[in-house]
Parts: sequence; C-alpha cells; structure tokens
Amino acid sequence: MRKLMLIASAAAIGLMAGAATAQDPVEIVYIPKNTGNPYFDSIIGGFADACAELGCSFTTVAPATAEATSQIPFITAQIQRGVDVIAISPNSPDALNQVFDRARSRGIQVLIVNSDIPGSEDHRDAAILPVDFTTIGPAQVELLGSMINYDGEIAILSATTDAPDQNVWIADMQSVLESDDAYADMDLVTIAYGDDDPQKSTTEAEALLANYPDLAGIISPTTVGVAAAAQVVETAGRAPDLQVTGLGTPNQMRRFIENGTVEAFQLWSPYNQGVLAAHFAMGVNDGSITNEPGQTFDVPNLGTITIGDDNVILTQDQPTTFNADNIDDFNF
Amino acid sequence: MSAAETFDAAKARPLWHRIVVRPESVTLLLLIGAVFVSAWLSPFFADLRFVLESATFYIEFGIIALMLTLVVVSGEIDLSVAATMALSACLFGIAHRAGLGMPVAILIGLGSGALMGLFNGVLVTVFRLPSIIATIGTMTLYRGIAQVIAGDRSVGGFPDWFVGIDFIAVGIVPVPVIIFVILAILLGLVLGSTLFGRQIYQTGTNPIAARHAGIRVDRLKMILFTASGLTSAVGGLLMASRLGVVRYDLATGGELQVVLIVMLGGTYIFGGRGTIAGTFLALWLLIIIQTGMTVANIAIEAQLTVLGLLLILAIISANAIYAGGRR
Repeated sequence: MRKLMLIASAAAIGLMAGAATAQDPVEIVYIPKNTGNPYFDSIIGGFADACAELGCSFTTVAPATAEATSQIPFITAQIQRGVDVIAISPNSPDALNQVFDRARSRGIQVLIVNSDIPGSEDHRDAAILPVDFTTIGPAQVELLGSMINYDGEIAILSATTDAPDQNVWIADMQSVLESDDAYADMDLVTIAYGDDDPQKSTTEAEALLANYPDLAGIISPTTVGVAAAAQVVETAGRAPDLQVTGLGTPNQMRRFIENGTVEAFQLWSPYNQGVLAAHFAMGVNDGSITNEPGQTFDVPNLGTITIGDDNVILTQDQPTTFNADNIDDFNF
Repeated sequence: MSAAETFDAAKARPLWHRIVVRPESVTLLLLIGAVFVSAWLSPFFADLRFVLESATFYIEFGIIALMLTLVVVSGEIDLSVAATMALSACLFGIAHRAGLGMPVAILIGLGSGALMGLFNGVLVTVFRLPSIIATIGTMTLYRGIAQVIAGDRSVGGFPDWFVGIDFIAVGIVPVPVIIFVILAILLGLVLGSTLFGRQIYQTGTNPIAARHAGIRVDRLKMILFTASGLTSAVGGLLMASRLGVVRYDLATGGELQVVLIVMLGGTYIFGGRGTIAGTFLALWLLIIIQTGMTVANIAIEAQLTVLGLLLILAIISANAIYAGGRR
C-alpha cells in the first residue's frame, strides 16, 4: 500500500515537473569563439537585453581557446541540457557539422552569429551577419573621400596578404575608385600589410608616412591596423592633413576621436546582432516567424528584417559610422 | 600475536598496503569523488549515455595517452603526438582527395604516423637527443608540414561509412570507447606481465644498468616511439571520422592533454614507474570532470583551475607514495 502511494506521488511529481517544463521560458544559449573578447561580450549584451524583454532564458558558455574543435563539448552539453536554441560564432566552417546535425535532430534551433559557415549551410537553421559586407568597400572609400575633399593620395593598410574578408573589401574599394567619377582625384598609391600584428602594423604605417610625404588619407579595414595607423599619425603630429579611417571598435578608437586624430571610422554593431538573433529565435520558436528566404519580421529599433537567400539575415545594410557625436553610445 | 604482526609490518609492506597505497588509488578516489560532485552540480549529468557520448571527445587523446604511458615509463617523452595526429590525418585526407581509395588512404595515414614515430626514435637513439627536445622539434615540424600540404582549408568529403564513428555504438557504448578499453587491456598486459614490459620498467629505472643487463635499450625505445606515432595516427583517424573533415590545426595543444592524462594517472615523469590502470582511470577522471563542469555551465577558467589543482595533487601524491615505497 505504502509502495503504491509512493509510486502515485512520484508519478504526480513527475507530471508536475512535466507541466513545469512545458511552461519554462525558451532557453537560448550563445557560444562565442572564446572567452574574454569584448566584441563577443557586446553580442552577449544584445542577447541578454533582448531576452530580458522577450522573456527567454539566456546563458552563454565558451571555450578557453578558439581552436577549431574546442566548442564541440559545449554544444553536446547544451544538447544534454535540453536548450531550445543554440546560437554560436563557430571556430570552424565545417568541423562542427556533425554536432550541429545532432543538435538539430533533437529539435534544437542552430543559429550562426557574426559569420556564416560557407559550404556547410545545410547544417544550420540560419546565419545572422552583422552587415551587408558588399557595402563595406564603397562605404569606406566614401567616408575617407568626405574627409579629404575627394582629393589626394591615399593608401590602404590591411591585415595579412591572404585575409579573405579584407581582400574582398579592398577589391571593392579599387573598383569603386576606378569606376566612380566622384573619386577621380583620389589616387590609391599603395596597399601595405600589417598582418593584424600591432608592431608590424605600426612599422608599416610609419613606412607609409615616410615613403609618401603627400599622403592625404589611410584606410585600414582591420581593427588592429586602424588603431596602429591612428597612433602613428598622432605621434607624427600629421593629424589634420593626413586622415585615418577604417574599421575599428569604439573602445580602441575612442582616444583618437576625442583628441581629434581621427574624425570618423566605421564598423557594425555586434550588440544589434545579439538583439536580432534573440528576436529571430523567439519568433521561429513561437511560430510568428517562418524561417524561409523572403520572409520578413520586425525588430524594435532595427526595423524590418528580411530573411535572405540560404537563410542569411543581415543585421544592417550599411556599416555604422562612429564619430565624436555618437561614440559615447557604444562600449565594445 | 600482536607483537608478531608489528614485526611483520616493519619488515615489508603488507599485501593490502601494496595493493591500496599506490598512485592509481588516488586517481580512483578522485574519480569516484568527481562522479558524485558532477551529479550534484547538474541534474543533467547522471546519464550514462551522455557521459559515454561526451567521452568520445577525449578518447582520441586517451588512446595516445595509453601508449605514451609506456614511453614515459621507459624514461622518455613524446610531445609530438598531437602534431602527428594532425599530419597523419591530413595525409590521409589528401590521399583520399587524390582518389586513392579509402583503404589506401587509411594505410597512408597509419603508415605515416608510424614513420613519424620512427623518426622521433632515430633522433633519440641514433642522434642521442633528449626526447623532450627532439619531440618539441618534430611537434613544430609535423604541424608545419601539415599546414603546408593542407593549407588553411578543411579537407573532407569522406564516404558516409567513415564519418561519425563516435555515433556507432554497441548498446550505448560508442566504438571509440570500445577501442580504448581493448587497447588498455592489451597494453596493460604488455606492460604488466610480459618480459618486454619488465624491460621497459628497467630501462626507465636505470638505462645504464638495463644496458648492462643485456636489454637492447635503443631497440626498445625505437619500438615505443614508433608505436606512439602509430597510435597517434589512430587518434588522428578517429578524430577525422568524428569531425568528418581534417585540418592542419586538428588537436592543437593536444600534447598537453595527453601528458596531463598520463600524469594524472600517477605515472612518474622521470620513468620507471607507472601503470596502464592509472592512465585508464585518469582518462575517465578527465572525462567526468570536464563533462560534469561543462554541462553545469561552469566557466572555462574555473574548469582549468580545477584541472590544474587536480594535476598538482596527483603528482604530489604519486611522488609521496613512490618515496614511501622506495624506503
């Protein structure tokens, strides 16, 4: 008799637990490339704020190193925890395919955040990218042009010679410089490579100043390079005549904006990616968003977002321009 | 009666003492403790299927650690194991991409691993380089060659039957775990109850005395290094199967994981002492700790701290026990 009652009460508890699970908030986990990177902390901030608003439960876990396979145990553990959504900035375009498949076979939504996994699109539900990358090159040229009155010698300080993103953007810059008459008086004299190493970037920037005394502007479409170029121009005291711009993070560039060395630079908003990803995940989860190319949905402050081909979602069309007026609004 | 017992105990370590007071016992205690702590940390942990599934991430290093145990007992070390994994896996992948067929590609992977191990053996026994220096050199060399031949791209496109060996299970036990257990039994027998095993211990304890005793020390070390390269290649192929792709940076930093497993198992870093049982238990300790803390969403910094402390504890206790046993 007592045994029966025990079983009955255990069953009741089980039922209650089951009911409680059904009402639990949607669980979203975000796995950045590795720990301690302010850029990803900003994405985490976007997730956390959006989840506070939408009522989802948000956690983040990350490996210590950005090695290709280091995220796999974390994904498996999240599958075991029974989360509803795994958002991830993967360390490899394909080494995670098997574990993604396993997660999706358990009904978990897999979202790639901040970069896609080219060639492995079948293994994820959607990819959330920060910006339409084809706009980066032209936008950078236009920004520098507006700073130097569309006239004078300019140089590019890039990352490594085979950095895929930078090379695409530089090709875009070259083609817009050639094809658009507005830039007819801007003369691209050289492309230097700082290897995304602060020391080498500084040396390369110093060489640019020495070799091209009439240089009017430097574009550095990499966060390490733009900070190094700004530092060199500041030290040389060439600030108003030689303009530096590029892709940088507000925290890195804040000092140069405040002391006038740099007028403006660009990047996108990792924070908004987190916000968008959380809204998208919740929408797909409750059925209000259909995850198919061409479908649209609204996100507060970000406007109407369209799901593109291959389920790629762009957070913004153009890069954000940071200058003295707005830099205090950003912390990453 | 009691006086006789005291006398006995002072003369030699009693049997129970010899069985219980050994470094592996410390590992076993830590393992049992880790299981309870992990179960207490997260309600999601106590699920054998999940633990075994997670084990497959560490098994590759575990298999290599078993072989490295023999190398360390012989008084040497092999730090090139992870680079050997990567290079042999890349050679395998490239051979397959070149259309050589899977059996040939697998043979190339395994054979190249054995050759890399043999090369380590030559550096140590012919050129008389300390193995720690020689294998730090080949660690960089093998990884570098892998990067040259594979570039910064993944090599994949393997047939379906090859991909996902960790998903194939007998009951709930994934195949890699079975391979690990079988290899542990085999190497345990080799080290524990064969003449070759005794010679490994003697070589590690005192290589000069071993040489005088007629043990062909160089040949023995050559065999061990070659076997270490071969097991590294097996680990590399298992990883290639699990991931479905190979890259030059596979298992980056894996040599430290492998050495950590061997040390956690109570093997004496200066050679002459250590058992396969210790390494076997240490792998499960590592699996339980890492899996338990990861599923409990414990930050990686805290995980690394715990691992570091455990390693120091294991080494201190192993040293203390060995010092006590020597008397």
